Amino acid sequence: MAGQPDIRNSRLAQDEIAANFSDLHPALSRSEALIEADRCYFCFDAPCTDACPTGIDIPAFIQKIRSDNVKGSARTILSENIMGGMCSRVCPTEVLCEEACVRNTHEEKPVEIGLLQRYATDPQIETGQQLFARAAPTGKRVAVVGGGPAGLSCAHRLATLGHDVVIFNRDEKVGGLNEYGIAAYKTVNDFAQTEADYILAIGGIEVRNNCALGADVSLTDLRNEYDAVFLGIGLGRSNDLGIDGEDKDGVVNATDYIAELRQAGDLSELPVGRTVVVIGGGMTAIDIAVQSRHLGAEQVHMVYRRGPENMSASAFEQALAQTSGVTIHHRAPPKQILGDEHVTGVEFEADGGKFVLYADIVFKAIGQHLNGIEGPATENGRIVIDGWHRTSLDRVWAGGDCVIDGDDLTVTAVQHGKLAAIDIDRHLGEQ
Amino acid sequence: MADLKSTFLGIESPNPFWLASAPPTDKAYNVNRAFEAGWGGVVWKTLGEEGPPIVNVSGPRYGALHSNERRVIGFNNIELITDRPLQTNLDEIRQIKRDWPDRAVVVSVMLPMNEEAWAKHLPMIEDTGADGLELNFGCPHGMSERGMGAAVGQVPEYIQMATEWAKSAAKIPVIVKLTPNVASILPPAKAAQAGGADAVSLINTVNSIMRVNYDTLTMYPTTGGMGTHGGYCGEAVKPIALNMVAEIARTRETGALPISGIGGITDWRDAVDFLALGASNVQVCTAAMVYGFKIIDDLADGLSTFLDDKGMALDDLIGKAVPSVTDWQHLNLNYVEKAVIDQDLCIKCGRCHVVCEDTSHQAITHTVDGERRFEVIDDECVGCNLCVSVCPVDSCITMKQVSDDNDAPLAWTDHPNNPMRNTESE
Repeated sequence: MAGQPDIRNSRLAQDEIAANFSDLHPALSRSEALIEADRCYFCFDAPCTDACPTGIDIPAFIQKIRSDNVKGSARTILSENIMGGMCSRVCPTEVLCEEACVRNTHEEKPVEIGLLQRYATDPQIETGQQLFARAAPTGKRVAVVGGGPAGLSCAHRLATLGHDVVIFNRDEKVGGLNEYGIAAYKTVNDFAQTEADYILAIGGIEVRNNCALGADVSLTDLRNEYDAVFLGIGLGRSNDLGIDGEDKDGVVNATDYIAELRQAGDLSELPVGRTVVVIGGGMTAIDIAVQSRHLGAEQVHMVYRRGPENMSASAFEQALAQTSGVTIHHRAPPKQILGDEHVTGVEFEADGGKFVLYADIVFKAIGQHLNGIEGPATENGRIVIDGWHRTSLDRVWAGGDCVIDGDDLTVTAVQHGKLAAIDIDRHLGEQ
Repeated sequence: MADLKSTFLGIESPNPFWLASAPPTDKAYNVNRAFEAGWGGVVWKTLGEEGPPIVNVSGPRYGALHSNERRVIGFNNIELITDRPLQTNLDEIRQIKRDWPDRAVVVSVMLPMNEEAWAKHLPMIEDTGADGLELNFGCPHGMSERGMGAAVGQVPEYIQMATEWAKSAAKIPVIVKLTPNVASILPPAKAAQAGGADAVSLINTVNSIMRVNYDTLTMYPTTGGMGTHGGYCGEAVKPIALNMVAEIARTRETGALPISGIGGITDWRDAVDFLALGASNVQVCTAAMVYGFKIIDDLADGLSTFLDDKGMALDDLIGKAVPSVTDWQHLNLNYVEKAVIDQDLCIKCGRCHVVCEDTSHQAITHTVDGERRFEVIDDECVGCNLCVSVCPVDSCITMKQVSDDNDAPLAWTDHPNNPMRNTESE
């Protein structure tokens, strides 16, 4: 198998690629939404709401869909989760609200809460109709570091409460992982930017792109110049495998490739290996494996060191990979990367023995870690916070993936940003 | 399969399901299709007097109350009586009766309040070979403004007068169709009986406006911007109809009056309701207008299967539930039921809890030992049946009798708290 790696673009025709990257869960029509909304039992103290990290009053928004009050429904959703549109697309609802739905008890078919949430929020975001107005100006200024879900959520809530916000964003565009990290078929038609534009349109938020903490602006300066600082900086660095051969050509961080894919104008121009090996068992591993298949990779192996029960990818995501033609291998930690300059394969350990999977490309998807930050206390590579998202530094809050209880979900990051904003507002009011 | 052959006032039909006087029975084309589908009989859409035909609106005649999946729950209409020439209808009725001798063909009629009109027109109808007449004293819209339909049905004296005219002009059976737009159905029923009616049929439609158009903020539907109340029917009106049927059936003076039951009959169980509460046959309109004539298959098959399972004949069913209907004052106040929640069936939606907590007796828990759990607090439960009604799971909450059958019953008529109680025994 030695020789030239088989990596090229246009493995599939453009229309095939377009079909592969179309909306994973198409939106509901009005009649579909009304019928689905009718299935909601309007539970007391609803388990779905308890299961939602942002605590959206789900029965209330579904009731408003039933009564054709779509705008009111969107207000119910967005008042708790300003990224209700993106979350309706990317939340693993099967392990959150929809898992808690009481309809599972007898019929094993929950109300399609995610799709209903999308039905309610899409029209508002598409038309740009603002549902919230800013409070009277407070004269307070808050620096939000990071333009991802946590930062945007925090900024929106602060702006709504009357504060002025500056977002310092290291990337060219805001959105964070919504823009650069999530699988393309979950957020078609540039939804991440449409939603970010909607959020920013509340007013009072200045965005400074290409402005990275550490390189372009320091935390010390921000603390001096602003009344409060929120850190929503995510996890900037991919974890290394820590095995021989990791530096060979063709061994790529999955997040880097996904970012490239998400920004590609023409997916058919994206080079993809004929045989792809993905190492990892989380959402990113699933996303890169499925998208590789969708770009035309003939064989995609996803290899995880433990069993399916330990995968952080949900059962739905695992099934999605398998129906997309990805072969999942369990309980096989990688031992070494094979090849001369370019990778030719990976050797894995399994059942006391070992096996080799040949590869034109190897994607590493075993998690990310904090891109070193000076100042706030950290633990296990994440920023330590209290219940109101205060860090060890005075007037510095943090949330999203970069903090200790971050769980790599958009919805959790949104909740962190919201809670921090509420506490910052309280703090600024006491000054 | 139980035989559904039905005889109503001597009029025979292969089953007790007739199509009510309405658009489905306006002309031979529809009636032929209905009989081909298996309907037992029809009441031909109401004929008026000879002369220039009735004119209907050419905008919306119907409005519907929909569920979210657009199932029609209620329905209303502002269509008037037949707008075709009298002779056309008479010719078609004659032909239909010839072609379908085993089916019931009854003709609905609405005439002005003068005896000459009845004396003139009823023999013309009778001459077609029709099996009977149904006097339309029920339509609440349009014709009532001209002193007919419900305008007659709301005045017992008029009902009696017109019924007498009809009886003296016709030899075939006369059914009087009653309007529900009255305070009590008994005076109209008694008036029909006093006038010599062979039977009553009920209910006709209920005065109604369906809704407002949320864009124009006018009533909906309208005829070019203006609307008028229509007659309400369909599933939503069945309980109103059942009460009126039962009232007539359980009242001593009217109890012997045959009843043709009408009002929201959609499947065979609805027919069982009407028959058991005293109707001898039933008439259907809305369900056919919503689903087509094919529903007769479920109606007839369902009723027949039900009778088989019960080991009953059709006649055994008629009036079977009437003795169970009484006045509130005769209910046994010593009888006690409590709700019981089957924890194996409970899906923990908590609807029972919240409705009991918010609107009733605070008799259902939401948490037991720190767990989400819904249990009835017997001491607080008054047995109201609200939780049973709202529970989305069939049979999850049931009512269980806790009083002893051996305890002497106590009705309000004898209750110590009743100042007007019977004191004979004291």
